Amino acid sequence: MGRMSKFQPMTFYNRGQSNQPLANYQLLPFKFSELDHSRYVMTNIAGEYLVASKEDVHAFANHNLPSTSATYINLRARHFLTDAHSKMAPDLLAIKLRTRNERLADFTGLHIFVVTLRCEHSCPYCQVSRQSEDKDSFDMTIDQANAALALAMRSPSKNIKLEFQGGESLLNFDLIKHIVVEAKRFNAENSDSQKNLGFVIATNLAVINDEILGFCKEHDIVISTSLDGPKDLHNKNRPRPGHDSYQRAIEGIKQSRNVLGRDKVSALMTTTEASLNQVEAIIDEYVENNFNGIFLRPLSPYGFAIKTKFYRAYNTQRWLDFYVKGLDYIIELNRQGIEFREHYAATILTKMLTSTDPGYVDLMSPAGIATGAIVYNYDGAVYASDEARMLAEMGDKKFKLGHVLENSYEEIFLNETLLEALEDSFAQSVPMCTDCAFEPYCGADPVFHWGQHGDLVGRKPDSEFCQRNMSIFKYLIDSMESDKFVRTLFLRWAN
Amino acid sequence: MGQLTMLKLRGKIEVVNKTWHEPRLLTVTANSSLPNVLRKKHVLLQDKDSLPIEGFAATILRQSSDQPSELSARGENLYIVGKDYDYLGDGDVVRLNPIGNSISSLYRRESNHNTVLLTERCNNYCLMCSQPPKDVDDSWIMDDAFELINLIPMQTQSLGFSGGEPTLYGSRFIELMRHVKNQLPTTSLDVLSNGRGFKDEEFARALGRVAHPDLMIGIPVYSDDPVRHDYIVQAQGAFDETIRGILNLKRFGQKVEIRIVIHRETLPRLVQTCEFIARNLVFVDHVALMGLEITGFTRANLGLLWADPADYKDTLSEAVSVLNSYGINTSVYNHQLCTINADVLPNYRRSISDWKNEYIDKCNSCSRKAECGGFFSSAVQYRHSDHITPFH
Repeated sequence: MGRMSKFQPMTFYNRGQSNQPLANYQLLPFKFSELDHSRYVMTNIAGEYLVASKEDVHAFANHNLPSTSATYINLRARHFLTDAHSKMAPDLLAIKLRTRNERLADFTGLHIFVVTLRCEHSCPYCQVSRQSEDKDSFDMTIDQANAALALAMRSPSKNIKLEFQGGESLLNFDLIKHIVVEAKRFNAENSDSQKNLGFVIATNLAVINDEILGFCKEHDIVISTSLDGPKDLHNKNRPRPGHDSYQRAIEGIKQSRNVLGRDKVSALMTTTEASLNQVEAIIDEYVENNFNGIFLRPLSPYGFAIKTKFYRAYNTQRWLDFYVKGLDYIIELNRQGIEFREHYAATILTKMLTSTDPGYVDLMSPAGIATGAIVYNYDGAVYASDEARMLAEMGDKKFKLGHVLENSYEEIFLNETLLEALEDSFAQSVPMCTDCAFEPYCGADPVFHWGQHGDLVGRKPDSEFCQRNMSIFKYLIDSMESDKFVRTLFLRWAN
Repeated sequence: MGQLTMLKLRGKIEVVNKTWHEPRLLTVTANSSLPNVLRKKHVLLQDKDSLPIEGFAATILRQSSDQPSELSARGENLYIVGKDYDYLGDGDVVRLNPIGNSISSLYRRESNHNTVLLTERCNNYCLMCSQPPKDVDDSWIMDDAFELINLIPMQTQSLGFSGGEPTLYGSRFIELMRHVKNQLPTTSLDVLSNGRGFKDEEFARALGRVAHPDLMIGIPVYSDDPVRHDYIVQAQGAFDETIRGILNLKRFGQKVEIRIVIHRETLPRLVQTCEFIARNLVFVDHVALMGLEITGFTRANLGLLWADPADYKDTLSEAVSVLNSYGINTSVYNHQLCTINADVLPNYRRSISDWKNEYIDKCNSCSRKAECGGFFSSAVQYRHSDHITPFH
């Protein structure tokens, strides 16, 4: 073999490059957006990011970046460029991209059953509930439930989650029981197309009792409840007879955990105007009640039907201030050794730092409507998403895909409006999104943009969705880049 | 895992008399009443004063302080070993070479760390190679390996194969793995390879077809920077071949361990390398971050490679934290407890097994000595951290 008798320096292995002033390299697909006045965020086709000085990015794009520079080496290692030293990038990018999109083949995994529209709460931000005791008008029927279940079971996804919503879902608990038992019976009778079934009851817990919890325990049903923050805020947001929504929620959480286990009960908060100045108190409420995280949700555009652009932007900024303050507070808690996460950030970080797609409907492209989650409404109407049914309650049935008793699986999932929405809103080909470094982390939200702009794509410069998410993406990346503790923490959240 | 032992495994033996001359692989026994049918496959290990027993392929007498006496009258194929071989025991396998006056210990039943060296040839030439490659035809070692496998007890829990680069044998390597699977069906195997051979999809597929239930290929990835990796292994293009090899092995369902030796040339991108693994090779089964062993080429390149673990402990913590975050099974080998941060402890392994590790005098007063992996004897001899500090 004629072995070398001595060792060669690193420059020897960089030969063919180091002797030349300009490196000979090819650019791989990438996007870049400004992070601040001196830096760009660059993302490769698989969604890996790199922060670099504007000078380096210009030199890189102009094929002027020296092959010995740290930026060059980082860009090569993260598959923004390929040169004579490695041809692995296309294969590795392909694996990551495939992993990122493998969920698409599974199709619809989350099936939401609105089992009733009735509710004993009268929350002002709720667009859907009814106080009526008229069961016939506002409860899903057994026939409708059976038909919806049959549609759910036709999903190619191996993992099917059935989520029961309301109104207050437990006011129609008998139907929930029926659907759970039927779903399991379907599984038992169809061994060749068995599903991994998961069940979630979304409830305010006001009417929870041991009988219900016993059923949940028996069938591995988890509870998702509402907790808006401290008592005063929660009760202000969520009025009910007796003004005891908070007390019932807290007691219901304890009772449910005692029967089902701590990990089987989660809570969601809704942000209202009144929340905006008390993010720390809201987070404290979650910490005090032993939750391992909180989802700081944006103001719902359906509840705040805001007309003017100015006011909308103003609200987005206020919410962002709220969010950033909350996120900083949560990071501080972690610095004190309290493990607690912000779920929206964690979802985005999963997209930034791994090749796994968390499957969060709002941040999916192609859009997650109907393909990630679908809603069977109390009246048998099928909607493309939870927001789509809220839009319908406000009078716009654009995203009604059909009816469980009138339409076939094919008619519903190949609905023209749905296909058009999916295709038109595909972020990789949407103007502005196509050039945006954050596109791999973002999503197409055609229902939101239809509701706001009357257009499936929307006007991105005016888009609250765009403004809000872009700000969060930048904030997360900037925080990671400037603080090693945050970087380490975020890596944990991402996984 | 696969570290070389400080026991004397290969050395001179005194030949008192012999009737056969070709090297043989024999199983050691101290049982002088072994049934006759088995005796010709065994070498009897005796104290010097024992009575001669007939029928064994050979007899090895343990050296006593006595002068050699009338031993030649005792019978045929008689050998004497020195104190270096006190560890030899029942069930061990040795290679006895009457012409070369030498004995090699190939398998030790008491050890959980038996490693079979398959070749000294290699297509890498790593700066810190502990087993410097030789460009010689040593394929007889492979013949021995096939035979050795037949002599190793079936209940053996684990067995390692190393080199040189075992895959240079091509299809014979695959045959060996199939042979091991058939002879030792429940033994877990570790193979150290640079992985480059598996760039050939058919070769990787062939290993996959062996369908060994518990085989792990340990492959070094020294940097996320292909130039730096090629430099460390002193082979242009090695990075791509190794990465492609790993992808092919995983494609065909093989277990892969990534091994990173930590030294001054890997440290500048150690964290980035772990990030690269997390993003691109997250499906590997194990990552080992290993301290430098001061043998082989490392001694020649010590000035270039030496980094004090106490000085890089924060980098090590960061690297481990990255891998842990992604749920990658990660171990830190060949480090001393007093040179690592506490956050690395869950990944810390006493990798240098107790019969071959050593401690320095300072360690005697340390309250955590029993949890500590200690040093390779080479570290004690040549170079170890300047910051060894006993716990009290």
